[in-house]
Amino acid sequence: MMFRVDRDVLAEAVAWTARSLPARPSVPVLAGMRLEVTDQQQLKLSGFDYEVSAEVTLELQTGEAGVVLVSGRLLAEITRALPAQPVDFVVDGAKAVVTCGSARFTLLTMPVEDYPSLPAMPPAAGHVGSDIFASAVSQVAVAAGKDDTLPMLTGVRMEIEADTVVLAATDRYRLAVRELKWQPGQPDFSAIAMIPGKTLADTAKSLTTGAQVEIALSSAGGTGEGMIGFSSGGRRTTTRLLDPEFPKYRSLLPTEFSARADMTTSAFVEAVKRVALVAERNTPVRLAFRGDEVVLEAGSGDEAQAVEVLPADFDGDEINIAFNHQFLLEGLGAIDSDVARLQFTTSTKPAILTGGKPVDDEVAPDYRYLIMPIRLSG
Amino acid sequence: MSRKQQIPRVASTGSADDTGCSILHVDMDAFFAGVELLDRPELAGTPVIIGAPGARGVVLSATYEARSFGVHSAMPMTRARRLCPHATIIPPSHGKYSEVSRGVMEIFHSITPQVEPIASDEAFLDVAGARRRLGSPAEIAALIRAQVAERHGITCSVGVASSKFVAKLASRQCKPDGLLVVPADGVVEFLHPLPVAALWGVGERTEQSLVRLGINTVGDLARVPVATLRRELGQASGTHLAALAWGRDERAVTPHVPDKSIGAEETFATDVDDPAVIRRELLRLSERVAARLRAAGHVGRTVSVKLRSSDFKTITRARTLREPTDVAKEIYVTACDLYASAGLDRVRLRLVGVRVENLRGAEAAVRQLTLGERETGWREAERAMDKAVRRFGPDAVRPASLVRPKFDGIDL
Repeated sequence: MMFRVDRDVLAEAVAWTARSLPARPSVPVLAGMRLEVTDQQQLKLSGFDYEVSAEVTLELQTGEAGVVLVSGRLLAEITRALPAQPVDFVVDGAKAVVTCGSARFTLLTMPVEDYPSLPAMPPAAGHVGSDIFASAVSQVAVAAGKDDTLPMLTGVRMEIEADTVVLAATDRYRLAVRELKWQPGQPDFSAIAMIPGKTLADTAKSLTTGAQVEIALSSAGGTGEGMIGFSSGGRRTTTRLLDPEFPKYRSLLPTEFSARADMTTSAFVEAVKRVALVAERNTPVRLAFRGDEVVLEAGSGDEAQAVEVLPADFDGDEINIAFNHQFLLEGLGAIDSDVARLQFTTSTKPAILTGGKPVDDEVAPDYRYLIMPIRLSG
Repeated sequence: MSRKQQIPRVASTGSADDTGCSILHVDMDAFFAGVELLDRPELAGTPVIIGAPGARGVVLSATYEARSFGVHSAMPMTRARRLCPHATIIPPSHGKYSEVSRGVMEIFHSITPQVEPIASDEAFLDVAGARRRLGSPAEIAALIRAQVAERHGITCSVGVASSKFVAKLASRQCKPDGLLVVPADGVVEFLHPLPVAALWGVGERTEQSLVRLGINTVGDLARVPVATLRRELGQASGTHLAALAWGRDERAVTPHVPDKSIGAEETFATDVDDPAVIRRELLRLSERVAARLRAAGHVGRTVSVKLRSSDFKTITRARTLREPTDVAKEIYVTACDLYASAGLDRVRLRLVGVRVENLRGAEAAVRQLTLGERETGWREAERAMDKAVRRFGPDAVRPASLVRPKFDGIDL
C-alpha cells in the first residue's frame, strides 16, 4: 500500500479522525487509526472506540490499494508538524514510512485484522444546513449535564417530526430547547434520539466544512436503532445513542408570566460577570427588578459584596430573584441576540431567558433557556 | 487515655502562687461511674465498671477501685472482666449522664462565659474576668469543686495553670477529687519530670520513636534541638512538641467551637455481611445524623461512610454533594452509593458509620432549585418528624424499615 497526498489535506483529515480516538483505549488496537486506499483511488481514514466512529474519505492522485493500522495519536502529531509539501506514505512489511520534504518517519504498524469493523451508517433521514445545526446544537448542549453518574442528563434529546427538529437538554437546573427546520427525506419522518451531549457538540462544530449535514437515523421502530450518523463533506461519524428516557419537559416550560424584563445582552453579561467576582461557585447573583432598572447583587455580609444597577425595560410585578451566575451567563451566551429577555412568575418558579423582542408574541421563540432560581433563605 | 492515666499522682495543693494562672481545666472523676453510684450508694468503694456487658462492649467508665486492677475506659469488656472479675457491671444510661453534664456545665457558665466544653465531663474555663467577683483562680477552682459535689454528688478535679495544656496535665495529676495549681513560673519544673506520653499529640507511635531516641521525659524532649525533632517527627508535630515541652501553648479558651462534622457509628453485636441489614443500619445512622444536623442548625455538603470489616480493616469513602443538606433521605442515598462502590459486598462488617462534613449554618444556606421539583419534599417531612419526636419522644416517628416488630418469629 502507498499513497501521496498534500500535507494540509492529510493533516486536517488525520486531526479530525483522531478526535474520536479514545484517550485510554480498552484494547490496544483502538489507539490505532485505520488507513485504507481503495481500488477507486480513495483514501479512507477511520477511528473507533465502540461508542463513536469517524471516517473521512479523500480523493487521491496517486495510490496503491491496501490497508494499514498505525498509532493515531502519533500520526496526528507527525502530520501536524510536517512541512507544507506532498506527503508520501509507504507500507513496507511491518513498517509504515512517512516522507515529506526532508523529513522521514518510520512507524510500526498494528495488526489490522484485530481492528473492529466500523458500524454501518443508519439509513439517511434528511439534511440540515451545517451552520444552523452547529449553532442550534451549541445552544442546547450548554444545558446538558456533565455528571456521568446521571447519564440520562448528559444527552441532547433530538425529536424529529416532519420538517421540524426540536433539540432539548437539561441538567435539572436549566433546560435549553431549540426548534429548527430541516429537509427530511420522507415528508412524514418522525424519530426520537438521545445523543451524548459532548459528542454531538463536537461533531456539529466539526462538520461545518460542508454546507449541509446529512443526518442518518432510523425512524421510530426502524433498523439501525441505537445509533445516529452525521456526514458532511467527505466526513462521516456515528455515535451510539443513550437511553431515550428524558423528563417530560414541555409541561415544565412556563407559558404564563407575571413579569418580563429586556436588557442589552452585552451590558447585562458584563454586569453579571462583574458582580459574580465576589460570588463563590454555586452561590447566587441576586437580581431585583423594579421601575426601569435591575439591581444586581452578589456576596454576603460575611464576605465581599458587589452591587450594580443596570437599565432594564421592565414590565410587571416587582421581583427579587437569584440565580447561579454560571447558569445565567451560559444562557446569556447562548441566546445569540443583542437583547436578552427574562420572564418570571415568582422567585421560586422557573424563569425563561430568550433572545430579543419577539416579532410576534403569540409564537414561541425558536430558542428558550429555562433557568431554575436559587432559593434564598428566610 | 490509658497510658496517660499512669502518670503518678501528686498531692493536692491549692495554696501555690496562682498569679496569672487564669485557665482552669475541670474534669469529672470517673464521670459515668460517679453518676451511677448516686443510685447505687451501696457500691461506693467497690470496683464498678460502666459499659455494655455483651461480648462487643467496651468500658465507658470505671471507679478508681476498678482502675487499680488495670481496668480503663475504651478497654474491651471481656478483658476488663478478666482483670477484675468481681466488679459490678452497670450498663450505661446516657440520659442520666447528659442531665448531670448539663447541670455541671451550668455551674461553669455561672462562673464565666469563657467555657470551652471538650466532652460531656470536662471543660476549660478562663476565669480572668471573674477574679474580682469570685476571688483568685485557686479559690474559684475550689468553689467549682464544692458546687459540683454539693449539687450533683460527684467529685471532679481541677487543674489551674497559665495555659490550657498545662491545666489539663495538672487536673490529671491531681485526680481523683483534687486541685492542683501550677504556678506560672513553675511550669518547667512541673513538666520536665513527666513522661513524654503525657504531652498532647504524643500517641503510641510518637512515644515509641521518642523513646528509641532516648527521650523518656518531657525534660529530655525539651533539651533536643527543634531541628532534630522536626526531622524525626515531621515539621508540624516537631514544632508543636518542642513548644509544649517548654510549656508554650498559646491557644485561648474558645467558648463555642463550631462543629466541623457530625457523625454516628455503630458496632454490630455480631459481624454482618447482609447488604440489606447494612443498608438499614446506614438509614438509621443517616436519620440520627440528619436530626442532629437540624437540631444544631447545620447543613453539610460532604457525606462519608466508615466501614470496618471483621479483620479490623477500616475504609472511609466520601462524596461531596452539589448542595448542602440536612435531609436523612439524601444522606442515606449517598451513604448507600458509597457503600455499594466500596466493593465490600458480602464482606463481613463489624462497624459502619455515617458522617456529614463541610458544615455551614443552615440559615445562610441557599438552595439551587431543580426542574420539576415539588414545593415540599423530604426536607419538610423530616422537619415534621422532628416536631413529633420533640413532643412524643424519640420513637414517635421513624422510617418503616426501622420499626422493629414487637414479637419476633410469630406467624399471623
